[in-house]
Amino acid sequence: MKLNRRHFIGSSAALTATLAAPVVWGDSHGKPKVVVIGGGAGGATVARYLAKDSKGGIDVTLVEPTRKYYTCFFSNLYIAGFRDLMSIGHTYGTLAADYGINVVHDWAIGIDRDARTVTLASGSVLPYDRLVLSPGIDFVDGAVPGWDVSTQGAMPHAYKGGTQAELLKRQIEAMPEGGTYCMIAPPNPFRCPPGPYERVSMVAHKLSQTNPTAKILIADPKEKFSKQALFEEGWETHYGGMVERLGPDFGGGNVSVNAADMMVDIDGEVVKADVCNVIPAMKAGRICEMAGVTEGNWAPVVPATMQSRLDENIHVLGDSANQGDMPKSGFAANSQAKVASMAIRGALTGSKVFPAKFTNTCWSLISTDNGVKVGATYEATDEKIAKVDGFISQTGENADLRKATFEESVGWYSGITADMFG
Amino acid sequence: MTGPRTLAACAALMLAPATSVGASEFGDVARGAEFWKQCRTCHRIGPNASNKVGPNLNFIFGRVFGVAEGYRYSKAMTAAGEEGRVWDLDQLDAYITDPRGFLKGTKMTFKGIKDPQERADVLAWLRENSDNPSDIPEAEPTAVGTDHSVDAAILAIAGDPEYGEYLSSECLTCHRADGEVDGIPSVIGWPDEDFVVAMHAYKDKVRPHPVMQMMAGRLSNEEIASLAAYFSALGQ
Repeated sequence: MKLNRRHFIGSSAALTATLAAPVVWGDSHGKPKVVVIGGGAGGATVARYLAKDSKGGIDVTLVEPTRKYYTCFFSNLYIAGFRDLMSIGHTYGTLAADYGINVVHDWAIGIDRDARTVTLASGSVLPYDRLVLSPGIDFVDGAVPGWDVSTQGAMPHAYKGGTQAELLKRQIEAMPEGGTYCMIAPPNPFRCPPGPYERVSMVAHKLSQTNPTAKILIADPKEKFSKQALFEEGWETHYGGMVERLGPDFGGGNVSVNAADMMVDIDGEVVKADVCNVIPAMKAGRICEMAGVTEGNWAPVVPATMQSRLDENIHVLGDSANQGDMPKSGFAANSQAKVASMAIRGALTGSKVFPAKFTNTCWSLISTDNGVKVGATYEATDEKIAKVDGFISQTGENADLRKATFEESVGWYSGITADMFG
Repeated sequence: MTGPRTLAACAALMLAPATSVGASEFGDVARGAEFWKQCRTCHRIGPNASNKVGPNLNFIFGRVFGVAEGYRYSKAMTAAGEEGRVWDLDQLDAYITDPRGFLKGTKMTFKGIKDPQERADVLAWLRENSDNPSDIPEAEPTAVGTDHSVDAAILAIAGDPEYGEYLSSECLTCHRADGEVDGIPSVIGWPDEDFVVAMHAYKDKVRPHPVMQMMAGRLSNEEIASLAAYFSALGQ
């Protein structure tokens, strides 16, 4: 499907009209149609809330290529052996059976914004009144020289859930005694800011039990990272000497790899890795670019509704959106989905619209029963989703509190997955 | 100290096989009365006792699990009742030692009492009062506020359940709509007043949890009332 930016220019008049008089669909038009692309924390949630709250008044189609969805959140716990793979896999049967959502396992490969249609890899075409894009992330080509999709088998990213996480886990289990696990950490902004560092903690936990002389080396282009004091305290206390991080001052931002030889070049120093976990720079899921709703790497949105700033018939949720202060997390995508659902129902069915509220909390596990968290609340301003208030776990907290925080994260996992998949 | 009536009531209970050391010893009723103040945040006892966040505890000794009339129990508690399990001294002692360890899936989020003497004390008080609710010293057990005082004008605000439904979507990222409990407490089916008082206790930073302090901190009095109206109805 051919797309270009002129589609947007033609629609600015329509935007004015829409704001002046929300369209309320009558029977003569049939039910309004919403197509959701991406069945993760943003997409599954918005599909479920649209179907549930419109009580069948909106025809909802969810396009998600995988039949079983493995969450990225808790995949680090899987790598460490705290969860099994089954427990982080979810299917879409309840959304189809109990909520009447048309779940289509296919890839969206084109969007015609004038005709308001989505073309699928199978060749089918889906019309929409509103389109929701929640495709997560893709990687920036050439971000780590020597690494691309053809080498992700040798050097997994394990940053999209499922197969790659299984692969990384097996590679860690097969490391030689005293071997080196190397992580190439991504630059900002990226999905799940504490994610790479929780992963390091979980890999260290696993290695300290099975391969205690192994080393973990992080090459990091960032000066600072999320929950840094908490992670560094935990690494020192529980995995003393195992974890070494090279920040930008030590060349952590100047990295290339040679997957065939498992060599990592960090600012001219060449290291032989036994496992190399490359997490490249990220951008919005490719379908956003194909829809022409990106500026730079991400898709800018109107905070109060999560509508694309480039097309008012499209909403962008979660990691792909450039929205302001919220981190790219499953919790944030789930929160944004509820705001978008309310806005879409308001526009298509005339239901009541309340002020947008957003929340995020990210839990991380550092060692057994040692959970920490960071969170904030947000509001919609004209320019961005702006932080209102927040909190973070403290260093030196007692074991009971850390255990309670971990238990809370387990409860959250059960809560959010019930909220996504019904 | 235990009176003759209590001793008589206990004789039958002592016939049950003692599986727990703590439960076989009599506690101090006066000390138990002090501890009961913590329990009263969620549980009531007495002639007018209603279900609050937790079920009323009248006649708890000898009561089948999960049968307080009108209380919405966890699936786990209801299932245990259907198996015919009965609250005796040992069962209660084991439960309050580690509620979630004793019955996985229980809605009771109390962390448990590790000290056997403390458990014995509060069970002694409960035994003294449970089977004779008319003897309870507090005249109006259900009229007393919970753990935080909230202005009557705030309690009187009538919430808008439709607004509450939208606001609730924020809560449901963690708290489950089906009322099940797994590390995060249920918020379904609480009496409106208890819900409002608890949320204001977070808002005023009297209750300690940082996430809840943050969430409640940005909610207006009307929004809290709306959430209370929505969640209490969801439990019906």
